[in-house]
Amino acid sequence: MKKLVIGLCALGLMLPTLGFAVDPVKIGMITTLSTKGGYLGEEIRDGFKLAIDQEGGTLGGMAVELLVEDDGGKPEKGKQIAERYAQKDGVQIMTSIVFSNVAMAVVPKIIKENVLYLSANAGPSELAGSGCDPNYFSVSYQNDNLDEVVGQYVTEVGHKNVYLLAPNYPAGKDHLAGFKRYYKGTIAGEVYTKLDQADYAAEIATIRDAKPEAVFFFLPGGMGINFLKQYAQAGLKQTIPIYGPAFSFDERILDAVGDAALGVKNGSQWTHDLDNPANREFVAAYRKAYNRTPTLYASQGYDTARLLASALKATGGKTDPESLRPAIKKADFASVRGNFSFGNNQHPIQDIYIREVVQTETGFTNKTVKKVFTNHVDAYAKECKM
Amino acid sequence: MLLVIEQLLNGLQLGITLFLMAAGLTLVFGIMQVINLAHGSFYMIGAYVGATVAAHTGSFLLAMLAAVGAAALVGCVVEILVLRHLYRRQHLDQVLATFGLIMFFNELIRIVWGRQPLFMNVPAGLNKSIELLPGLPYPTYRLVVIAVGLLVALFLWLMFAKTKVGMQIRAGSSNREMIGALGVNINLLYTLVFGLGALLAGLAGVMAGPILAVEPGMGESILILTFVVIVIGGIGSIRGAVAGALLVGMVDTLGRAFLPSLLRTILATATADSVAASLSSMAIYILMAAILVWKPRGLFPAHG
Repeated sequence: MKKLVIGLCALGLMLPTLGFAVDPVKIGMITTLSTKGGYLGEEIRDGFKLAIDQEGGTLGGMAVELLVEDDGGKPEKGKQIAERYAQKDGVQIMTSIVFSNVAMAVVPKIIKENVLYLSANAGPSELAGSGCDPNYFSVSYQNDNLDEVVGQYVTEVGHKNVYLLAPNYPAGKDHLAGFKRYYKGTIAGEVYTKLDQADYAAEIATIRDAKPEAVFFFLPGGMGINFLKQYAQAGLKQTIPIYGPAFSFDERILDAVGDAALGVKNGSQWTHDLDNPANREFVAAYRKAYNRTPTLYASQGYDTARLLASALKATGGKTDPESLRPAIKKADFASVRGNFSFGNNQHPIQDIYIREVVQTETGFTNKTVKKVFTNHVDAYAKECKM
Repeated sequence: MLLVIEQLLNGLQLGITLFLMAAGLTLVFGIMQVINLAHGSFYMIGAYVGATVAAHTGSFLLAMLAAVGAAALVGCVVEILVLRHLYRRQHLDQVLATFGLIMFFNELIRIVWGRQPLFMNVPAGLNKSIELLPGLPYPTYRLVVIAVGLLVALFLWLMFAKTKVGMQIRAGSSNREMIGALGVNINLLYTLVFGLGALLAGLAGVMAGPILAVEPGMGESILILTFVVIVIGGIGSIRGAVAGALLVGMVDTLGRAFLPSLLRTILATATADSVAASLSSMAIYILMAAILVWKPRGLFPAHG
């Protein structure tokens, strides 16, 4: 009996050398899981987790531990979480902030402290231009990209007089600037509404009176649901077409909007129907795991995890930022978007599409209509000295 | 000219929704001296229950009944379990407790319905526009909301002016110790008033469902406007709630609608647009400040 105990103890001591008890790589996820935007973080997290689960708890063969905390969409809360991750948990890789204002409060500080940050959503212009940094990678996009594609498309379709609408906060102005960068016609009006405004009756009546050829709007989350429903109820959808970036047209919003969004064209870097092997596998696995169609946010979370996996594999287990950075920059992974590489500012060079809201037997979703940009580089890359 | 009429209707419709919210809130404050920050939660519960019932039965009428029933029931339970113990405490305790209730209800909604916003359709038959005047189409559903709101206002007036319960509520609102001394069951009266307030909020919520996003936290955005309304109208006064709600609805809507074009006559377009955006979002607060300077207790103060 005694021998057996000693034997077991000896076996226990041997375990670390067998590789079972190597400390897992800690990944600190800061994302928004509560408030109105809570479903965005849920999608990113679920996409990220799917990639880990598919590898049986590892990324690139390395055991990983995913820490998830909710920032509630608040910059100060995001900062606290980042500090706790860095000091208490010793996290060197962080990811997944949803909102740009939270990202701007958190990211510039942590990348200076030699933490790697991989963005799975927010891509503020400040971090793409002169503020670019070797420790910062955007895996999703630069914020303006999805508006630029709509600006280009609206010009190609031949609309010459467009009315613009966005909430009155920095990101609202950025998104309209992105649209105007590629739109060639005249602007019928440019209106900034209150952030989190619920009722758009006054704006819609003004649009009807201004008689533009089309309307471009950036109203993320619940604001977009409200606007789309009220716009359709006012009977304007048939006479004045509306366009926007994908943020008001993800599959979870569409279920809440109903047929008020049917037929609306919007810009996105990814849709579930993109035809490549990585994407087919992702969409099928996601539907199986969570019983719903993935949104673009889920695809961004998944791509971020898979990119990290490719880098961990390439470094052969080295997890310090110096070894990981060049491996990440190679972007040697099969993105669900197809073409994917990093530009000099470590933002994606990727194809961007126009898609259309359609109804299928499982509900409302998007269908890819046209590839508008091929290997699109963001507008701030040339200001980045890297 | 047609645009002005349309915007006036929009202002009226926003005002009516605010009135339904403000009526309950102002009664509760006037009679029980309780600041109830959780009033927006009843609005949210009304919208969620309404959207769920509408999705399962397809009947908007059933959805409305279920929504106001659920909101009133939750209101009564909250009064009995939580607020009843706070009447003698100071305002800070009440604010903390009811703020806690907001978080509780938002989380409860997330657990029961998930994070995804719900869909609620405009009732069949109202999903069109009516041509009010030649060249002035207006969504039928919004006209119905205006009509229902006016009916509720009429009903409240009749109740307060003509019934015994209404008399007791008015008495309670001007002197609550005395009405207790006169033998009125003040506990029951408080629960009823609170339930009525919650019911009106639930009604506002279910009627907002087809127009707005039914999502967690939807009560907070309207709650702030509602507080502005009751401060302008005079805390505790139904008449004040009507006046304040219409005033806020009109100023907010007309500001958003016409400030940009007004300013464009004197400023460059880009400057005018950004000034108008800031001004119109401040307009109701400027209105509130101006009214408080002129009448520090609001337009129609309830207590002498």
